[in-house]
Amino acid sequence: MVKAIEKHGIPAVHLCSIIPISQTVGANRIVPCVAIPYPTGDPKQDLAHEKEIRRRLLVRALKAISMDVTEQTVF
Amino acid sequence: MADQKLRVVHYINQFFGQVGGEAEADIKPFSRSGPVGPGLALKAAFKDQAEIVGTVICGDNYFAANIKQAKLECMDIIREFAPDIVVAGPAFGSGRYGMACGAVAEGVKDELGLPVVTAMFNENPGVEAYRKNIYILPTTESAIGMKDAVLRMAAFALKLSSGLEIGFPEEEGYLVQGYRASIVSEKTGALRAVEMMLAKLSGKPFTTELPLPVFDRVSPAPAVKDLKTMVLALVTSGGIVPKGNPDHIESHNASKCCRYDISHVNDFTGEDYESVHGGYDIVYANQDPDRVLPLDALRELEEEGVIGKIYNYYYVTVGNTTAVSSAVRYGDKIGKELREAGVDAVILTST
Repeated sequence: MVKAIEKHGIPAVHLCSIIPISQTVGANRIVPCVAIPYPTGDPKQDLAHEKEIRRRLLVRALKAISMDVTEQTVF
Repeated sequence: MADQKLRVVHYINQFFGQVGGEAEADIKPFSRSGPVGPGLALKAAFKDQAEIVGTVICGDNYFAANIKQAKLECMDIIREFAPDIVVAGPAFGSGRYGMACGAVAEGVKDELGLPVVTAMFNENPGVEAYRKNIYILPTTESAIGMKDAVLRMAAFALKLSSGLEIGFPEEEGYLVQGYRASIVSEKTGALRAVEMMLAKLSGKPFTTELPLPVFDRVSPAPAVKDLKTMVLALVTSGGIVPKGNPDHIESHNASKCCRYDISHVNDFTGEDYESVHGGYDIVYANQDPDRVLPLDALRELEEEGVIGKIYNYYYVTVGNTTAVSSAVRYGDKIGKELREAGVDAVILTST
């Protein structure tokens, strides 16, 4: 899905937990996340800290979007 | 039938049919009696076991532009020869010719109920389009491999018409059709898996029982120059939907991909949203859907001016056992709509 979106010229960064799948599928910008059931959260943390984790992942995703890549890159 | 030769009809394009090149690519199908062009090599490969009673020739453009019609016309001509077997091609790397060979072979199999084989380069689009339904033998990309291809086609055609069981692609030399066959094995799956792992660890060769699909690549889209003015869209395969799942997205092998308005939503709460994804524990996502699709933190970044704007809609499907072909279709639809909406970048989350 990531790849099909990117085919239209829109950079699509993939936030996921199983990096090899993302690489096999062909995402070009990949940001590793926390875990399969909660990629952008962590129920073990308190809510404020959890949101902070989310924010950090998003900042990393934004960095990926703002950088030109020539091959599959894990940020 | 002991002394009788099998009757073969051979399908080829206008080029191999010695009509002409691209200028003649619009000709409609017609026939010649006996072998033509590569049919002579095919005739030699059949020795005295089969004879080519007729050759059907059609222009590649005519076929590609009128597949249904051309297929019908070819079937009518082939039927008149009352063949026992049909051979199409080889088409090598030629896309239109490969599509034509695939369509002819499919028609012969499904409509005439006769054994049929074709051959082409493994990246010919005819392979993707027809491999599931027919036997396609691999060839070189160019006609340099003609002799070898023709020999294998003749042998395969004879085996097909003999009624002998056709084994696995690796044994018989045809391109994988994508079916799984059940076989009885002396060893349990666990034992076979451990043996494979041991072979892998010690660098010995082993053959997987479940080859992974091969995915094509897309070149990376250029970076967004200015985050502060960009429009960013959220997409997820994690199944986050408005509570009650209004469009009934399936929890596995989803048949659709939907979009929902979030222009007035700052935070996905467990009261208003939920996950309908099968295959992972959705308790955490249901408590706080931002754990799968991070809208709350992204709104903050939007308010702070780090990014320009979050697109008014987010897109969602369920990735659980969803076919690659479906995912490609959804991605294509999303990409097209976002492009038209002027979206600059996408964050896609997967569980």
